[in-house]
Parts: sequence; structure tokens; C-alpha cells
Amino acid sequence: MSDASMPTDRMHPSIHVQDAHTKRRNAAERRFKAYGVIAIAIGLAMLVTLLFTILSKGTGAFQQTFITMQVELLESKLDKAGDRDLEKIKKVTTFGYAPLIKSALENVAQANGIETDLKPKDMAKMLSKSAASQLRAFVIKNPDKIGQTVEFRFLANSRIDGYLKGRVNRQSIANDKNVTPAQLDFSDQLKAAGVLKKTFNIDFIIGADASDQRPEAAGIGVAMMGSLFMMLVVLGLALPIGVAASIYLEEFAPKNWITDIIEVNISNLAAVPSIVFGILGLAVFINYMHLPQSAPLVGGLVLTLMTLPTIIISTRASLKAVPPSIRDAALGVGASKMQAVFHHVLPLAAPGILTGTIIGLAQALGETAPLLLIGMIGFIASNMPETVAEGLLSPNSAMPAQIYEWAKRADPAFYERAWGGIIILLIFLISMNTLAVILRRRFERRW
Amino acid sequence: MPVFWLVLCVLALAAAGYFVGRSRAIRNAGGDTRNLHSLPVYYGINVAISTLVPAFALLVVWLLTQPSIIERAVSDLIPPETIPQGSSLSLVMADMRRVAIGITLAVDQNVLSETQAKALSAQSDDIRARLRDVGIALGQDVRPEVLEAAQKYRSLASTGILAMSILVLTFAAIGFGWSLRRSHAQFRARNFVERAVLMILMVAASLAILTTVGIVLSMLFESINFFRLHAAKDFFFGQTWAPNFRGESELSILPLLWGTLYISFIALLVAVPVGLFAAIYLSEYAGPKTRAIAKPMLEILAGIPTIVYGLFALLTVGPGLVKLFGQSGALGLSWMSGATSVLTAGAVMGIMLIPFVSSLSDDIINAVPQSLRDGSLGLGATPSETIRQVVVPAALPGIVGAILLAASRAIGETMIVVMGAGAIAKFSLNPFDTMTTITTRIVSQLTGDGDFSSPETLVAFALGLTLFVLTLGLNVLALYIVRNYREQYE
Repeated sequence: MSDASMPTDRMHPSIHVQDAHTKRRNAAERRFKAYGVIAIAIGLAMLVTLLFTILSKGTGAFQQTFITMQVELLESKLDKAGDRDLEKIKKVTTFGYAPLIKSALENVAQANGIETDLKPKDMAKMLSKSAASQLRAFVIKNPDKIGQTVEFRFLANSRIDGYLKGRVNRQSIANDKNVTPAQLDFSDQLKAAGVLKKTFNIDFIIGADASDQRPEAAGIGVAMMGSLFMMLVVLGLALPIGVAASIYLEEFAPKNWITDIIEVNISNLAAVPSIVFGILGLAVFINYMHLPQSAPLVGGLVLTLMTLPTIIISTRASLKAVPPSIRDAALGVGASKMQAVFHHVLPLAAPGILTGTIIGLAQALGETAPLLLIGMIGFIASNMPETVAEGLLSPNSAMPAQIYEWAKRADPAFYERAWGGIIILLIFLISMNTLAVILRRRFERRW
Repeated sequence: MPVFWLVLCVLALAAAGYFVGRSRAIRNAGGDTRNLHSLPVYYGINVAISTLVPAFALLVVWLLTQPSIIERAVSDLIPPETIPQGSSLSLVMADMRRVAIGITLAVDQNVLSETQAKALSAQSDDIRARLRDVGIALGQDVRPEVLEAAQKYRSLASTGILAMSILVLTFAAIGFGWSLRRSHAQFRARNFVERAVLMILMVAASLAILTTVGIVLSMLFESINFFRLHAAKDFFFGQTWAPNFRGESELSILPLLWGTLYISFIALLVAVPVGLFAAIYLSEYAGPKTRAIAKPMLEILAGIPTIVYGLFALLTVGPGLVKLFGQSGALGLSWMSGATSVLTAGAVMGIMLIPFVSSLSDDIINAVPQSLRDGSLGLGATPSETIRQVVVPAALPGIVGAILLAASRAIGETMIVVMGAGAIAKFSLNPFDTMTTITTRIVSQLTGDGDFSSPETLVAFALGLTLFVLTLGLNVLALYIVRNYREQYE
């Protein structure tokens, strides 16, 4: 029996008016869809917050406050005998240079007509602690300049710098022993006179880390070299080994239990926490093989082991993407299996391999935890390595480890450096990933 | 750097071998390459490979074994009764190595001549002061037996390097000569080269196994040393974590495990709903344009290094939470005392895991065949009903696998917890409390100058092994679930 012809007012009075049940179902549908939108919005909001935080807090590190002034290199202080004997000049310690800076600051105040109750000693405290040694280094390099007046550009200390950048203000220094309101007043006056200026700070990008006391002088350049040398090691080892392993597994390996074990092994290695690789590096490379601690070579070896699975997985995927007809054609005209692979399959898979390698390198560049265990942290290297061997073997830090080191320090002025370091790190990562995407777009072939 | 020059020498020999081998074969064929069995290139490669491979294999094996052999020979020179109270053989050996390195440095910098270095005696010369001049600081004066051991170490190491150089060069020369002799026209060079290349490829592939073996062995040995010094029962079932570098520490993994699991749980609480709904929306509702923008944007989150998340937790999220929940906070609750807490680390780790969960689930949801959806929609179900009652159940094993993989990531994550979670090990249910994790403790026990004979340092290896087993177990479980409970379509 058919109900089709029966009036159905009890259930559905009209298809244009939704009944309660349908309304409920449609509301559930809308809710469900809204959850999805909210989830994506949360994810994107987090990304935006993160990037905004990094940019707003980190850009300050690329600028630094400098005080430019004329310093009279008094012969009576630096070279009492007047015979310009370098050995004697070297005997004058940085304490001997401090009075020169004090009087130079006094002169600046007078010349610009600044009224202040600050004692010269407190004025000098506004400069970085490196000011005297900067002066000393200059004099030792140019002893003939003694007796003349030379223009110098000194770093202001981190509090004055923070005041100009808005990180430090009059309320926040209430309990701060390193700076007084009078010094802030004086720096306002100096700024008005054009002596105190905030300019681009190349030393942050190319310089070395500085001690706890001098956040204003710290830079990430040397750590960047450490990272560079590590990446060279990773590239030099992980790429050939990874490609060789993938070729074997993808093209030659017989299907047996050994191959199975290797495959399971590689996929598991890719998921092993990075810190475990750090423990391996510490136990094998440092404790057993006695390779030098904190050396980029050891860091590179550890990161090689860590990136190898990533590279193998992506290389195998791109080898697999080369259609079998290419191999068959090569074999058909008399190539051996090895020739087919090396002459035809590998070149065709090269763009994919390269992309995977770049992504693996980017991953290795941002890795921190294993480096902490092999000692690549802290204030270790203060000079750029001069030779390749030195770059590989002498203790150094790496960019992410340097950022971690800054984040650990007590002075909030270092936090700005840490965020600034992250900007540089992210610039590297973004350019590497962009390169990978471009390579993929440019050379990808669909068969 | 003799090893560097040695490598360069062998490489040069191999390069020469390539050309010599090639031309010899061609000459043997009377200048007509058609008379050769293989292409001329293969004769060249044959000589190069025969020169390189045995020499480099010997070099690697030698470099790997020499340290332990020398170590054993030298440690016999230090009788157990001369080891001072409170010290240990490994500490004395470390001292000895520093002395040896210092003397070598002094010779390099021409502070000492080689004969002077050999004639050093602990009584008459102030070795400590001399080594300080070359930049090696020693904690105490050098005792005679340590100096004797250091001299022996130096002589053994230099003999070892010399013997290695000679042997490696001999191997290279033998390989060179032997392969060159075989380079005549009838020699099947291609077959030989291809077999050799295949062997090299196999060795490269087995390196992955070697890494795993290395990980397991290195942690296992040190863990066994640890369990000799510290009762295993206390480690696995004790209640407190209180390392004390003067000894008598209580080292139990349970409070650390609790912190790890609690933080991971909070991370998953953030990541799983957000990631899963994002994946569902992207694969089921979003148009191609939204998908093309939103998916890569979310995946950027996965590419950001963990140190960035760590800094974000330490300097932004932590202080932000304190402003909300801390003393004199916006909510007036005073629940939180410091910026580091379970919630700080968990929430930030959750953000990090969102793209991990979403892209894995996205792939799995996309793999559910369209016919299932069409069938459900055709019966009158709304899209959300289809997703909840058809698509998600079909994709469930994959989703569970993805969540387990995310959990394994969370457990092994280091930088976020090092910077965001704190350092106090305790059992607490309060998410605003500061807690610590396994990875954090590994970092703190192993950074700095650890003494590798004290349980306080060695415990890190036991922790690492536990972590390795834990994450490995989760991964294997995830793979098992995905493989065995996956619905087979087609």
C-alpha cells in the first residue's frame, strides 16, 4: 500500500516551512560548520599572534643607540713619557681611559649648553662598559693619534638604549640600580642636541655574543657561522648517504626481512625525539671518540643523523614518482640496471631530492635540543673562525642555541636580542623553504 | 691535521688512478674502444674505487677503534690505589687527556721542544704553570703517574696516527696497483664497478640501522652503569626527584613522567579538537580557494623551530597567563605564582601540534572514498551528519594513529618545556603549578661539565632510554593501529 497520495499535514504541513526536527538538524549543521571555521580561525590567529610578537619585539634589536662625541686623547694620561712606546701604551688599562670619556662627556654637555647636576662619573655610566676598551683598542692601533681629538661613536648602555626604544620608562626604573631619572633627563637633552642617536646596528648581525653585562654589544654573527659550518657538514654527509640509501631501498633491495627491518627502522628514526640524537652524539662522538666538545663538526654529525631519515623519505618518494616506463626504455636499449638508475632515474628525480634536502636542512637549522647536550651553548666564541678547519673544530654556538642562551639571561635587554635572533633565523628558514617551493614549481614534472 | 691530509692524498691518488686506468685499458685495446669489454669510463672508475674504498674503510674503522684501545692501554698505568679519594678513574683519565693535549699544544706553539716534552717530570717541572701558559687550565698539580700515563697516551696516539697513515696509504697503493694490473681489454670493468657501487649503496642503507643500534647501545651501556650505582627499583617506583651533586640523590622517574604526561595531555587537549575540526572543515567544507590559502598557512606553524615556541611560552604566554590568573591579575584569582607552568608549556605545545594533527587527519579524511559520502548524503543526511556518522568512523583508525603520533611528539618535545614548564618535579593536578619533564631533566643533567661516573649525570641516559622506548612504543602502536584497523575499500 502506498501512502504517497495521502495528505501528510501531520508530519510536513509544507516543504516551505521547516518543522522543529529539520530546524534542529539544520542548526546542528550550522554549528558543526562554525566549529570548523573557529578551529581554522584559532590556528591562523595563533600564527598571526606569533609573527606579530616576533616582529614587534624583535625589530628593536636591529637598531642601537650610539653617542657620538669628540674625545681628546690626552698625552698626559696615555703616554706620560711621550715616546710613543707601544709597550708602555699597552700598560695603560681601561681604567686609565675612563677619565678621557668623562671629560669628553662634560665637554659635550657644555658645548650644547645642557644644564645638568649629573656628575661626570654618572654620565660615563650611560655608555656601554665596552666604551673604554673600544678607546684603548683604537689608541693601541693608532698610537700616532695621541694628543689629538678624535670623533668616536660609543654604544649607549642597554638602559639608555631601552629608554629610546620605549622598553624602559620612568616608572619601570624605580627599583633599577643601573640607571637614574637624572640620566634619562640627560639622555633626552643629548638626543635633542643630536649627540645621542638611534641607528641601524650592523654589529647585531655580524658581531659576537657579549658578556652578561653588555647586552647592547651582543650580536649573532659568530653563531651564524657556527650554524653555517654545521649545515655544510649536514649537506656534505646527509645528501650523498641519504640518496645512496634511497636508491638502494627503492631500486635494488630485494623484498626480504632485512629490507623490511631497514624500512621500519627509517620511519621510526624519523619520529625519535631530537634530544635522543643529542644523547647519542654526546656518548659516541664526544665521550667515546673524543671529538672536541662544542665543535660545529660534532653538531653537524648529530644533525646529519637526525635529518637522514627525512631526506631518505623524500628522496624515495621522488624516485618512486619517476614512471617505470623510463626504466624499461633504458633497459630496453641495453643499459644495465645501474646505468638506468644513474643515467635516467636519478636526474629526473633530482629536483624532488633537492627540495627534500633543503627542507631537511631547514629543519636541522632550527634544531636546538641536541646542540645543548654537545655543549654548543653559551658565550664561547668571540671571534669569527678564520679557516675552514677552525670553523669546524673550534668551539662555537649556533643560531638557535644562541637565542636560547639570551633567553636564559636575567637582563630583559637580552630578550630583545633573542627575538631579533629569531627574526634572522626565520628569514633563513623562509628563504630556504621558498627556494624549495620555487624549485618544485619550476622543475616538477607530471608524468 | 694529518687525517685531513691523508684523505686528500688518497683522493688525489684515486683521481690519478681514474685517468691512468682509463688510458691503460684503451692502450691495451689498441686505441680502439670497441675492443673493450666495457666503456672506458668504467676502467677509470674501477681503479678509483679500488683505491678509495679499502683505504677509507680502514680509515673509518681505525678512527673508531683507536680511542678505546689506547684508553685501555693507558688506564692500566693508573693503579686503582693511586686514584684520590672522591675521584674516579674516568676523572683521572680526563685529567690525563688534558695534560696530554696541553703538552701537544705546548710543542705546537714552540714553548717546548719535542725532546723537552718527553723529558718532563712531575717533580722538577711545574707542568701546571707551563700548561696554563698555553691555555690549558688544570684543577690540581700533575701527579707522576698521571704524567706517565699522559706521555704514554701521547706516544701511543702519535704512533697510532703514524701507523694508520702508513697502512691507509699502503691499502690505497695496493688497491691502485691491483686494479691497474687488471685493466686490460677483456676485464669486465662494468660488472665489477656496478657490484662495488651496489655494495656502497647497501652500506649507506644500513647506516640507518647503525644509527638505531648506536642510539640503543650508547644509552644502554650508560644506563647499566647508572643502575649499578642506583637501585632500579628506586628509579622506576620511587616518589621523589631530588638530584644532589654531593651524592645521596633521590632519582625517580615517576614525578618526571607525571609532568611529561600532564603537559602532553594539555597539549593534546588544545591540538586535537582544533586540528581535527580544521582538517574536517578543510577537506569537507572549504572550497579550493580557501583550502589553497588556509592549509599552507596552518602548515607554517609546523615549520617554525621549537626554540621560537619556547621563547613565545617564556616571554609572552607565561607572563600573559600570570596577568590573567596570577596575583593582582585581571581575574583576581592569584592561582599562578610564576610564568612557567604546565598550562604555559601545554598550551604553546598545543599550538605547535595543531598543523601536525590537522595535516595528518586531512590526508586520512581525504582517503575515505567519495562513494561513502554520496551514499549517506543520498539517504538525506546533512553534511555534518555524514561526517560524524560515516566519514569520521571510517577514518577513525587513521585519526587515532595521528593523535598517537602527536602524543609521541609532545612527549619528546624539549625546548618548549625547557623554557616554559619549570624545574620542580612534583605530583600535582594544578595546571598552574610549575612542573618538570623527562626531556628538561636530561638537558639539565647533561649540560655543563658532568662527571660521567656519578649517578646524577648517568641518570640522564636512563631517562633518555625510557623516553626512546616510550616514543618508539607509541609510534609502533600508531602504525599497528593504522595498518590493522584500516578499512579496505575497493
